[in-house]
Amino acid sequence: MTYSADLTLIWAGLIAFAVFAYVVLDGFDLGIGILFPMLGSDADRDTAMSSVAPVWDGNETWLILGGGGMLAAFPLAYAILMPAVYAPLIAMLLGLVFRGVAFEYRWRTKRARWAWDLAFCGGSTLAAFSQGVILGAILQGVTVTGRGYGGGWWDWLTPFSLLTGVSVVAGYGMLGATWLIMKTTDNLLARAFHLAWRFGAATVVAIGAVSAATPFLKADYWRRWLTFPNIIATAQVPLLVAIAAVALFFCLRRKNETWPFPIALGLFALGYAGLAISLYPDIVPGRVTIWQASAPASSLGFMLIGAGILIPVILAYTGYAYWVFRGKTDPKGYH
Amino acid sequence: MIDAQVLARAQFAFTISFHIIFPAFSIGLASYLAVLEGMWLRTRNPVYLNLFHYWLKIFAVAFGAGVVSGLVMAYQFGTNWSVFSDKAGAVLGPLMAYEVMSAFFLEAGFLGVMLFGLKRVGPTLHFIATLAVALGTFASAFWILSVNSWMQTPAGYAINAQGQFVPADWLKVIFNPSFPFRLVHMVLAAYLTTALVVGAVGAFHLLKDKANLEARKMFSMAMWMATLVAPIQILAGDSHGLNSLEHQPAKIMAMEGHYQSHPHGAPLILFGLPNQAKGEVEYKIEIPKLSSLILKHNLDAPLAGLDTVPRQDWPYVPIVFWSFRIMVGIGLLMALLGGVSLLARLRRGLYDWRPLHRFALAMGPMGFVAVLAGWITTEVGRQPYTVYGLLRTSQSASPLQAPAVAASLAAFAVVYFVVFGSGLFYLLRLMGHPPHDHEEGLEEHDPIRAAGITPAPAIDPDRALQPVH
Ligand code: HDD
Ligand code: HEM
Ligand code: HEM
Repeated sequence: MTYSADLTLIWAGLIAFAVFAYVVLDGFDLGIGILFPMLGSDADRDTAMSSVAPVWDGNETWLILGGGGMLAAFPLAYAILMPAVYAPLIAMLLGLVFRGVAFEYRWRTKRARWAWDLAFCGGSTLAAFSQGVILGAILQGVTVTGRGYGGGWWDWLTPFSLLTGVSVVAGYGMLGATWLIMKTTDNLLARAFHLAWRFGAATVVAIGAVSAATPFLKADYWRRWLTFPNIIATAQVPLLVAIAAVALFFCLRRKNETWPFPIALGLFALGYAGLAISLYPDIVPGRVTIWQASAPASSLGFMLIGAGILIPVILAYTGYAYWVFRGKTDPKGYH
Repeated sequence: MIDAQVLARAQFAFTISFHIIFPAFSIGLASYLAVLEGMWLRTRNPVYLNLFHYWLKIFAVAFGAGVVSGLVMAYQFGTNWSVFSDKAGAVLGPLMAYEVMSAFFLEAGFLGVMLFGLKRVGPTLHFIATLAVALGTFASAFWILSVNSWMQTPAGYAINAQGQFVPADWLKVIFNPSFPFRLVHMVLAAYLTTALVVGAVGAFHLLKDKANLEARKMFSMAMWMATLVAPIQILAGDSHGLNSLEHQPAKIMAMEGHYQSHPHGAPLILFGLPNQAKGEVEYKIEIPKLSSLILKHNLDAPLAGLDTVPRQDWPYVPIVFWSFRIMVGIGLLMALLGGVSLLARLRRGLYDWRPLHRFALAMGPMGFVAVLAGWITTEVGRQPYTVYGLLRTSQSASPLQAPAVAASLAAFAVVYFVVFGSGLFYLLRLMGHPPHDHEEGLEEHDPIRAAGITPAPAIDPDRALQPVH
């Protein structure tokens, strides 16, 4: 029993890792889509897109691992949550369809190029917004009857989920802008600094707003965050967020090209840690814990063998792919 | 009033049918690219490199479409079949997790290097990247076909107190009884589908210019595939059918149109109109005893019909009956193409015989039709179950309201037709363009130079395909 309980924890950790990897990696790709119309000239847009063209597919694969891993390790949670967030989930998938094909299609046409630029920007923004809405919808809790979802098909839509939707758009915009700072030169670099300010500020405001609203959603969240002695530990999170925010603006001001992106990643990590504090050990907030949703030990153990071998290998060759395309993106493009 | 479950099925069938088209092509094309690059490295014959670059551009477009349509599939299990996910997730989820870890990451990780990295990493490492992508597409087929086969012929499982399937023996789960047959048949299908496309493109350009070296080479390579692999595919399909007869007899009855039992040798119904309500095939043309010969290798062997199966367990015969005939008919045509091209080759007329080129051109899209027809046979023939004999489709669906599913189905339909319709248009345009010497790879068509240094786009028809400002 303890053996299987440990496996459950390991898998919760692994899936949390996959989702986090997805959020930050595809976050900067989607961010570039969100910023697309604000990038100035066509040539600059080409450079921005080229800077992610070789890696976006790998980044998106973490989303498949997150979803597929949840089906495998926590089938009950998957079965409850997917129908609960049906509409925003489908919207996200359709957004990702548009954004994904735009990478190739826009090079294949002159006449309709504007349409695929629009698809790239619109698809990225829709996907980011939907991801935020999904997050909010899960955080605010879903209706469960028996072993399934018991609510209606508009339950996900609340002011809180809209707030989280906008927040994710802002956050991804910040990731995209700081990525561009690291990868580009000249005009585009100047623009990226400018956009990083704006989206960075918006992200910090959004983190504040979501954090302020969350404890009011459920008594559990309130207890975890704001009662003594928990608050001594949890107070560290906003403190670190404040430090990271100051560091980010300081680097932007000094026109540092290396640090803004890692700091932006740090901000995301802190936000993510905050979510973990709110949720753990539930996977469907207030209803189902990771242990209740978990697949049997034989499934988790079987997968862990593969994950133990393959995930390090994946990280190694993913790192290699980033290494091949390291440095400032050649404005002429790889494409 | 159409209920949510029917809509969910329609949506699943629609999205998976679109998806399978792209992998069927990219499994074959990835291997073909690996062969081309390998041949180039060995012989240094520039024709191979030109062909490699030519098909690489096409691969990039098709692969992107495969990825985004596949991402949708990964979530359709949860959105549309949540009860199924709860019940079968512990068995099937790990297989799909293995697919992600061993296949999708491999493809995605090396795709960037394969598409854009030749100049950055040099030929040897680049070749390794191409091989990794090809291996990834195969691994992907391996795992997902294991999943599908388990749903057809479940094995190695137990059922727990909550009614969930739980794994008992992983080797039996993965290598379930129909899996080897399905894997062989599907991978061959992917190779044949690709060969037909390559052959049709070669034929198209040969019809315009017999001297084009690249067109000759690709046509010849594709026709070898048809000659050698189409007959193997027919044998593979035959043994697949025998396997299904053992494990899913009702499906074979539906494919054969056998509503009635035949105690003294069953006829092979060539054509006819199955009438599900009456339970008989009308206006049929049949060859006596041939079905028993094919399925039992004995003219007089008895064969049971659907009259031995309770009515609520019948698959819908008319669809299965026809989709099966379409697939087999195309399979025979492919073998014919292979045979005719071999004759032409032996008489040294492979590049000159125009009727052969027209035939190959007409066969270009047929692999896709056969793949879809085959899957429809398999999946509709499995009905009314999602896990054969154990879990009914009606007990697998999500608790969704019909308007939600209807709205999303409509959205999928519109988006897919626009997005994949455009993709098809771009693919055809790339293929319509003759391959030639110094074919550019993807890294060459950088937009700035195309517009700035050379006024090429206006002059060179190749360049006209490249983006310009
Ligand atoms: C190029 C594609 C192609 C061609 C030419 C054929 N098939 Fe096929 N067939 C498939 C592509 C395919 C497929 C898409 O790969 C399927 C669907 C699921 C599967 O396992 O393979 C399939 C399924 C399938 C099944 C259903 C198995 C089941 O689930 O019970 C049978 C019995 C056959 N095939 C038999 C044949 C025969 C006798 C052929 C001889 C001409 C043939 N196929 C040609
Ligand atoms: C290996 C991957 C596949 C898996 C795991 C899978 C699984 C499923 C599931 C869960 C259903 C829903 C139950 C039902 O309504 O039948 C289904 C139905 C269906 N699938 Fe597949 N499928 C796979 C591949 C395919 C492919 C490649 C096609 C392509 C043409 C296809 C065509 C269909 C169709 C037409 C239906 C609807 C059948 C009906 O409702 O009567 N499937 N499949
Ligand atoms: C329900 C069934 C299926 C699901 C859930 C599914 C899921 C996916 C996903 C998520 C991707 C994108 C991977 C990436 O980002 O690289 C993908 C691509 C792919 N799938 Fe599927 N798939 C299904 C059916 C099939 C079938 C039946 C085959 C083949 C036999 C197949 C073969 C492939 C291949 C080779 C790719 C790589 C992309 C490409 O080649 O276009 N899939 N699939």
